[in-house]
Amino acid sequence: MSDLIRRSAADLATALQSGEVSSVEVTQAHLDRIAAVDGAVHAFLHICTDEALATARDIDARRSAGEELHPLAGVPIAVKDVVVTKGIPSTAGSKILQGWIPPYDATLVERLKAAGMPILGKTNMDEFAMGSSTEHSAYGNTHNPWDLDRIPGGSGGGSAAAVAAFEAPLAIGTDTGGSIRQPAAVTGTVGTKPTYGGVSRYGLIALASSLDQAGPVSRTVLDAALLHEVIGGHDPRDSTSLTDPLPDLVGAARLGATGDLTGVRVGVVHELNGEGYQAGVRARFEEALDLLRGAGAEVVEVGCPHFVHALAAYYLILPSEASSNLARFDGMRYGLRVEPSDGPVTAERVMGATRGAGFGDEVKRRIILGTYALSAGYYDAYYGSAQKVRTLVQRDFAAAFDQADVLVSPTAPTTAFKLGEKLDDPMAMYLNDVATIPANLAGVPGLSLPSGLDQGLPVGFQVLAPARADDRLYRVGAALEMLLEQQWGGPLLAQAPELEVTA
Amino acid sequence: MSTISREEVARLAGLARIDLTDAELTRLAGELDVIVQAVATVSAVATDDVPATSHPMPLSNVLREDEASEPLPVLDALAAAPATEGGRFAVPQILEED
Repeated sequence: MSDLIRRSAADLATALQSGEVSSVEVTQAHLDRIAAVDGAVHAFLHICTDEALATARDIDARRSAGEELHPLAGVPIAVKDVVVTKGIPSTAGSKILQGWIPPYDATLVERLKAAGMPILGKTNMDEFAMGSSTEHSAYGNTHNPWDLDRIPGGSGGGSAAAVAAFEAPLAIGTDTGGSIRQPAAVTGTVGTKPTYGGVSRYGLIALASSLDQAGPVSRTVLDAALLHEVIGGHDPRDSTSLTDPLPDLVGAARLGATGDLTGVRVGVVHELNGEGYQAGVRARFEEALDLLRGAGAEVVEVGCPHFVHALAAYYLILPSEASSNLARFDGMRYGLRVEPSDGPVTAERVMGATRGAGFGDEVKRRIILGTYALSAGYYDAYYGSAQKVRTLVQRDFAAAFDQADVLVSPTAPTTAFKLGEKLDDPMAMYLNDVATIPANLAGVPGLSLPSGLDQGLPVGFQVLAPARADDRLYRVGAALEMLLEQQWGGPLLAQAPELEVTA
Repeated sequence: MSTISREEVARLAGLARIDLTDAELTRLAGELDVIVQAVATVSAVATDDVPATSHPMPLSNVLREDEASEPLPVLDALAAAPATEGGRFAVPQILEED
């Protein structure tokens, strides 16, 4: 295996700056890796060979001409297919958008392009980001590089699997209830959901607008901070975008990597541990807490009594917002149009036929659930109550952050399960997000990093911080990562089985 | 007790403009019943004294300067349309009767 694909984005950036390697070499190495393993992993829905190499050539030429470039210029990246990319197909994992070529770039894509980062391709996902296993993609399953018979998490299973399989050093994910953090946990990678409004939503195909947030996917905490700084910051085209400048995320990651957490108060969320969490997941979590104590952190237990209702509130708020957002897929302006097989061809009947044929099972389930929750007679009991629970979850966070600088929990209750295992039981699937959902309801940032293995499968450790304090995620995350890697003698992914390479 | 009948799913699917097959109606009724019973627990904790929150960040009206800017070119906007006519989206007839 080429050494280039094993290197972190930070290392690649240094090698590119020093002239040790060219962006064309780095980009081609990742395209070769995709060709060799993506038949088995299926992380990508579309590969942008020509576009990526053109960007790489341009960066190499500008660098040799002495131009001042962004620190990550020339480092390639994969982008989740829910993010629109001008001239490159964007389907959000749905048949209803098969072949759709967007006429514009998402703001975060513009920022990647401005930084000179070649886009390798678009990654697989649960349809419209609805799911925790990527099995709800209309384009087939993505396989976990640790065990190809297992799920890579979801909805951003493609982005997580791509970085775990060394097909890309970095990727973009989106997180509505855990879709960056839970895939990171089950693939042994790093992922951050920024503070709500910290990264522009302009050009994300909307799922639930009050919960959606794009963020970085990577193999190291420092790499996530580097990418977060590229895509973050105010965007006037997103009215919910925060106007505050980003905190110093890369500085926080470098500070954390010294391994000193003296005076940092770490709150263990009582409700996000214990019953329902796999024994090995709890064991790795406790061991990580010991490391944090050893680094000088003060570990305290905090109670968030309303978190137990967060999942229920989420599965009312999300479908309600989704049922409204997905009304735009009506077969009129873009995407699939299906005419009814008999009877008059009216707009209304075309919409029904198009949506019946174009949406998959989970999307239909959630749109109908959302339509129910918002319908006359049920609105107060369901949607109204869920919004009140949202207030209670936010109050729990506020009280907990009075006692602790960061909160921690296992990222997901289990390690990666087998493909197909939970596909016929929607509620069992929804429970995968039990520890990640509270952050979305409150808008606070969260990060997952690998904390070890249970029976050969990665376990994730989640760090949560108050809104706008994303830097704390990177300080604590980088410290824990350094301490764990000292024990392991290298990154966790070095222990992943070698994927069979096809010519 | 069943909260969502097959007929109710059919009514909701009509509101949501999604054609469902008979098999889908039957399956969804069962699945949604389980989900709704699980999520209905929110009404027990949401007492009258708790205000509702619709959004994670407190924001008031966000306005921009009233300045003209370049919109998406019409041909770009129409490029992915299933049907166009005379520089516009072509859609099926809106009303069933003439």
